[in-house]
Amino acid sequence: MAEEVKLFGACGSPFSSRIQVALKLKGISYEYIEEDLTNKSPLLLKYNPIHKKIPVLLHNGKSIVESLVILEYIDETWKANPILPEDPYDRATARFWAKYIDEKCVAAAGKAFWAKEKEREKAVEEAWDCLKTLEGALKDKKFAGGETLGLVDIAANFIAFWLRSFQEIFGVELLTEEKFPDLFKWSEEYVEHPIIKEYLPSRDELIVFLNKRLQNLK
Amino acid sequence: MADEVILLDFWPSPFGMRVRIALAEKGIKYEYKEEDLRNKSPLLLQMNPIHKKIPVLVHNGKPICESLIQVQYIDEVWKGKASLLPSDPCARAQSRFWADYVDKKIYDLGRKIWMCKGEEQEASTKEFIECLKVLEAELGDRHYFGGSNLGYVDVVFVPFYTWFHAYEQCGNFSIEAECPKIIAWAKRCMQKESVSKSLPDHEKVYGFVLELKKKFGIE
Repeated sequence: MAEEVKLFGACGSPFSSRIQVALKLKGISYEYIEEDLTNKSPLLLKYNPIHKKIPVLLHNGKSIVESLVILEYIDETWKANPILPEDPYDRATARFWAKYIDEKCVAAAGKAFWAKEKEREKAVEEAWDCLKTLEGALKDKKFAGGETLGLVDIAANFIAFWLRSFQEIFGVELLTEEKFPDLFKWSEEYVEHPIIKEYLPSRDELIVFLNKRLQNLK
Repeated sequence: MADEVILLDFWPSPFGMRVRIALAEKGIKYEYKEEDLRNKSPLLLQMNPIHKKIPVLVHNGKPICESLIQVQYIDEVWKGKASLLPSDPCARAQSRFWADYVDKKIYDLGRKIWMCKGEEQEASTKEFIECLKVLEAELGDRHYFGGSNLGYVDVVFVPFYTWFHAYEQCGNFSIEAECPKIIAWAKRCMQKESVSKSLPDHEKVYGFVLELKKKFGIE
């Protein structure tokens, strides 16, 4: 029986991009369905009734949601080019850093970008703290897999591309070469990786995505 | 060579309770170290320099942080006995989804119930009950979220049962009246020694919450 794999995503979303990278890495054919986040389809609401968000992976009719959960599912289902290491301690370490990126860094960056004038300085400092921690992790070789992409590398797409693009758009300096030389260098190399590059939005697409987010927030 | 397992914990922490239950389910001997969170030990700060939080699981000198990650680690290292996550990838993904749901909703809403007053407390209580109802629907007719045995979601969620009494007293509502199946499920879990020995008495937890309210100046 042929596998039926579908991905509900949104161009411009780092979480959506992560799944596309993983599926490409594993050589999996799938149907991509672009969702308009200001007008979510009945199918999306059916497959993710609780959070009503993308990405949603549909595999033989069963839906899996939340990007880190989807990444682990993909890794367990399709064994080529593993995303997670085999050793339980290394797996725990990878999960820790992926979680740190999503729960701390993405949130801190978001706060810094959307902050009101008087709250901005504090929000920026908190974002810098996160980036400093990541810079340390990079030095300790906790991520940046080099040739192969692992869970943390895939999750770090937000840092390398989205954060850097948003800081230009919002005019808020977070990841600079002066402050975080290793992380900055890593981000420059990261966005050139052939598989990562394929699923990065253009500047225009990113602006469209941001505008839709703004619309949804109102 | 025998495994050396240490758990840095704080007795009322639902996150710590998760790890206690998992270790008990697997029959793992470990050293429990109670932390004073107002005066964190050098060991805690060394083992969890990034978050400086409990619980921290130290296995043969190596630290593992974050309770969901710790429970998965325990399940993967001590594979032979009492499997917490199912073997099928789709079922595993569902378990991870629901554990993530509990993490995103229950602790923060519960905290707002005992910390806030008036409209904010009411809104949090309402949302808290809605989330419990979602979990109740997911449980369905099963004995446990894990099916016929305790599973990952049970271990992740059941620690909050010992906080229900405190939430009810502070928020002036009854969880059993709203979500009887959740209470029935929790009582079933409590019949397991791994759970009953890992959860402190709910009056003790309520006493702790009252002390915190006093300390923060909340009536």
